[in-house]
Formats: sequence, structure tokens, C-alpha cells
Amino acid sequence: MADISSAGTGIGPIQTSYMAMVQRKRLYSGLTLLIFILLMVVGFNTAASRNGGSFWGGLPNFFDYPSEVVAEVVEKAAALPGHFVTYFPALIETINIAAVSTLVGTVFGIVLSLLGTRGLARYPRLIPLFRRITDVMRAVPEIVIALVLIFVLGGGPVPAMLAIAFHTAGAMGKLFSEVNENVDLKPVEGLRSVGATWSQQMMLGVVPQVAPNWLSYALLRFEVNIRASAILGFVGAGGIGYELKNAISWGQGRFDVAGAIFIMLFVTIVLVDQLSSHYRDLLTHGRQAKD
Amino acid sequence: MLRIEKLTKRFGANVAVDAADLTVDKPCMIGIIGRSGAGKSTVLRMINRLADATEGKILFEGRDVTNLTGSAKRAWQAECAMIFQQFNLVPRMDVVSNVLHGTLNKRSTFATMFNLYPTEDIHRAIEILDRLGIAEHAPKRAEALSGGQQQRVAIARALMQDPRIILADEPIASLDPMNAQTVMEALRRIHEEDGRTVICNLHTLDTARRYCDRVIGMRAGRIVFDGLPEQLTTAMAREIYGADASFSEAATSTELETLARSEAAAAMIREAEASA
Repeated sequence: MADISSAGTGIGPIQTSYMAMVQRKRLYSGLTLLIFILLMVVGFNTAASRNGGSFWGGLPNFFDYPSEVVAEVVEKAAALPGHFVTYFPALIETINIAAVSTLVGTVFGIVLSLLGTRGLARYPRLIPLFRRITDVMRAVPEIVIALVLIFVLGGGPVPAMLAIAFHTAGAMGKLFSEVNENVDLKPVEGLRSVGATWSQQMMLGVVPQVAPNWLSYALLRFEVNIRASAILGFVGAGGIGYELKNAISWGQGRFDVAGAIFIMLFVTIVLVDQLSSHYRDLLTHGRQAKD
Repeated sequence: MLRIEKLTKRFGANVAVDAADLTVDKPCMIGIIGRSGAGKSTVLRMINRLADATEGKILFEGRDVTNLTGSAKRAWQAECAMIFQQFNLVPRMDVVSNVLHGTLNKRSTFATMFNLYPTEDIHRAIEILDRLGIAEHAPKRAEALSGGQQQRVAIARALMQDPRIILADEPIASLDPMNAQTVMEALRRIHEEDGRTVICNLHTLDTARRYCDRVIGMRAGRIVFDGLPEQLTTAMAREIYGADASFSEAATSTELETLARSEAAAAMIREAEASA
């Protein structure tokens, strides 16, 4: 195999300058890595020194609690089906809260995302405004909104639903607008050329392109919201979280209930995941691709 | 050197490649022509093992590469470089990094993650770029280059692999005539100077005639022609493309001279008509 015929005369400087660039890049990435490791070590030590107990001392006890829960659940396995029946209505309430809040939040998220995407926005000058609105909606933790609403409206599923929907709208506005940024603008231009209104352009030119991604983000959010609505049960918003709190904190022989609730939540998440991939497939590949 | 025996590829009920036989004894430049969907790409993809053969064998110097797996398969892929119609570079990385990707088979994931290529490799990458006339673009991002330049970066990546065979899948189909000529000349030079075998899918006859030592015609998955470029008559071409008498080479040509020729002919006809 013949060697490379280095015919060029001006190649030396190119090699030198490229090598210099490579060296600089390596230096930067080395420094970044060093700073990262340093921050991790320092941060860990600071956190460990502020801890009540010692991190390394407490580590061996880490699995004590879960193993106790598992042991008790196994011991009382016969009672599990009964618990499933007892707590099923509470699970349904939790899923209901999650579903309604996901739907409402997604609808608001879609509007906010379209208004906040460069190239698509109805009022380009107001893009920063709509973006900040989604930022604020995401910044406030659900549990804070829920606590305020529970204080105002009293305990129950409605405050939980509003709290989660508020947060979902913010999160979806952000995620959807990132999806929207990759949209092909040619169909939109085509629709504009026939005199379509902004909402018509969005509905017919953008939505068909982004729908599969929107759907998969929304379904992922549904999963997250199931968990969120379970957590809000802890602060008095009803549903399975309330039952879980009772089972897990009063300890004394009720770990089997906690175990049953965990299993139900796990199965629910798996089901939602399976359903979401099925419908996403259907939307991307079309119905006829299946047969 | 390279021998293909009864190579077949089926996609469900469709037969993409139907019992193809091919023997290459010594390094040469081979052009494969045929209609879209004739199975040209599938043959190349099976040789590079991007696609698995349904039946048949691919032998390289007596070694059966058809069913290699794991690192043996990747080592074979490093030995037979592939060039694509759409260049398949990493658009956001600089040109030299893209060329250095040709050495990935010899590098660990860890070294790749921290971008630790040996200095001599970097120098060699720039030498190869210089050989293809694009050394001055070395630090630019691949996406900033024109199509013809990007294809030459892809060729440089292939050369960086120091391969025995270069497989080129429609290397000039997305290029304008001028760039197509530069790229084809580069491939020809690599064959002549380095003695590497080049197998090239082409969609125009005149390119195959002009640059290749041997032409293979495929139709509906079968090899229907295998011979010297001179043996490729217009009648044979019609047979390969399944075209009727209206088929004209000049109409699909990407060669500058052919276009000039047909334009001159058209001008002559116009003149004749005007004077009549």
C-alpha cells in the first residue's frame, strides 16, 4: 500500500495550528473534569459534615427499613388481595386526579408553547413574556400550590388537580416549545399562502408534525402526575397517598398495606407506559402499518 | 481476493438481491449500475455487514465474513470502508475529528470520550485531507462545508481506515457535475496510487464507463451484466434499465463534456432548422 504522498507544501502550518487547537481543547476538558471532581468531593464533605449522623456510619442501616417492609409483606402475603380490593377506589381517585390535571395542563401547555416558540409565535414580541410565565409555573412546587389551595378550598381532590395542572402547564409549555422549534416551517408557509389564520396554521401545519412527540411527553407527564397526586395525598388531597401515609407512618404491623399500595402504583405505571408506547406507535406509523 | 457466492437478501416477500455471484481477483475499480431498487445498495451494505445476508457467502481472501459477529465483525468493517450518498458525517464536529473517526476500531471508548487521538494520527488525517485538496478546511465544522467537500471528508475518513476495499454507495448522486467529477477523480486516484479496490454504485452510465475498469449491471436483484466498460452497449444499457428506445444517456448524464456535447447537438439542430 503506497504511502500518503504529501504533495502539499502549505500543510505544515495547518497541522501546527490544528494541534494547538486540540491541545487547548484538551486543556479545557481536563480543567472542566478537575473542577467537576473537586466540586463533587468538596460538596460531599460539606454535606456530610452538616449531617446529623454520619453518612458512612448510616450506610449499612440503609436497607434495614425496606427489608423490614418486604419481610412483613411476604409474611402477610395472603392479605394482599384483600388490600387491593379495599384500596382500589383510592387508586382510581389518584389516577383521576392525574388524568384530569394532565389533560388540562397539556391544553394550556400547548397554547403557551405555540405562543413562546420563535418562528411560530402569534406575537413575536411577547415570546419572552410567555416563556417567563411557563418558568414561573414550573418554579412553584406543586405541593406549595396544593397547600395554599387546600387552605382556601379545603381538603379534597380539586386543589390537588389544580396544583398539578398548573405545574404541568408550565412543564409542557417548555417541553412542547422545544419540540416546536424543530418543526418544518414549509407547510406553515404553504398554509399562510392560502390565507389561513394563525390558529388554522398551527392546527393544520404544526400539530400533525409534532403530535407524536407531544403525545409521548404528555403520557410521560401522566406517569409523573400519578406519582405527584399520590404525594399530594400526604398533605390531605385524598386518594391513595392519604392511605399510604397512614400505612407507612403508623408503622405497627401495617406494612402489608403499604406494600399492596406500592404494588398497585407500580402496576399502574407499567400499564401507562405500555399504553403510551402503543398509542405513540399508532400515531407515528399509522393504523395500517400494524397489519 | 473478494468472492461473493449466491448472495441473497429478502425483505419479507421481496427479494432485494437474488443469488448474486461476483469474483474480484485483483485490485480494480468496479462500477455497479442499475435502476433504483435493483439491489445495488443492498449488495454493498451486505459486504460491509451493515445488513445481514439471507443466504449465500461473502469471502475475502478465503475468509468467510458473512457471519462474523462482535469485534471480528467490527474489525472487518474497518477493513472495508463505506462511503454514502448523504456523506453520513457528524455535522457538528470538525473535519479532522470526522476523519479521525476512521480509526475508531482501534481506539477504546474511554480514549474516544476524552478525544485523545495520537498526534501522528492527527497529522496523518490532515495529510489525507491535503491529498484530497481540502486541508484548509481542517478546523471547520463538517456542516459548514459544501456537498462536494463533505464527500471528500467522507473519503478521507475511509482512507484513514487504511482499508483494502472502499465501497461507495452513490457517492455523487447528491452532487453537482463539477463536484461529482472531483469526487470520482479522487476515488480513481486512490485506486491507482494505493492499489485499493473501489466498488462504486453509480446511477449514470457514462460515469461508470469513464472511471471504472469493470462494470456490473443489476436488474431486479440479479446481476445481468458483468464485463468491460467497452462491452456496455446502448442495447445492453436498455436491457439493464428496462428502458425502451427513447432511453438516452445524455439525458441523465452528469458529465460536463456530455452536456456540452448534447447542447452543441441541440444548437446544430436549431441552426439547421433555422436555415431550412
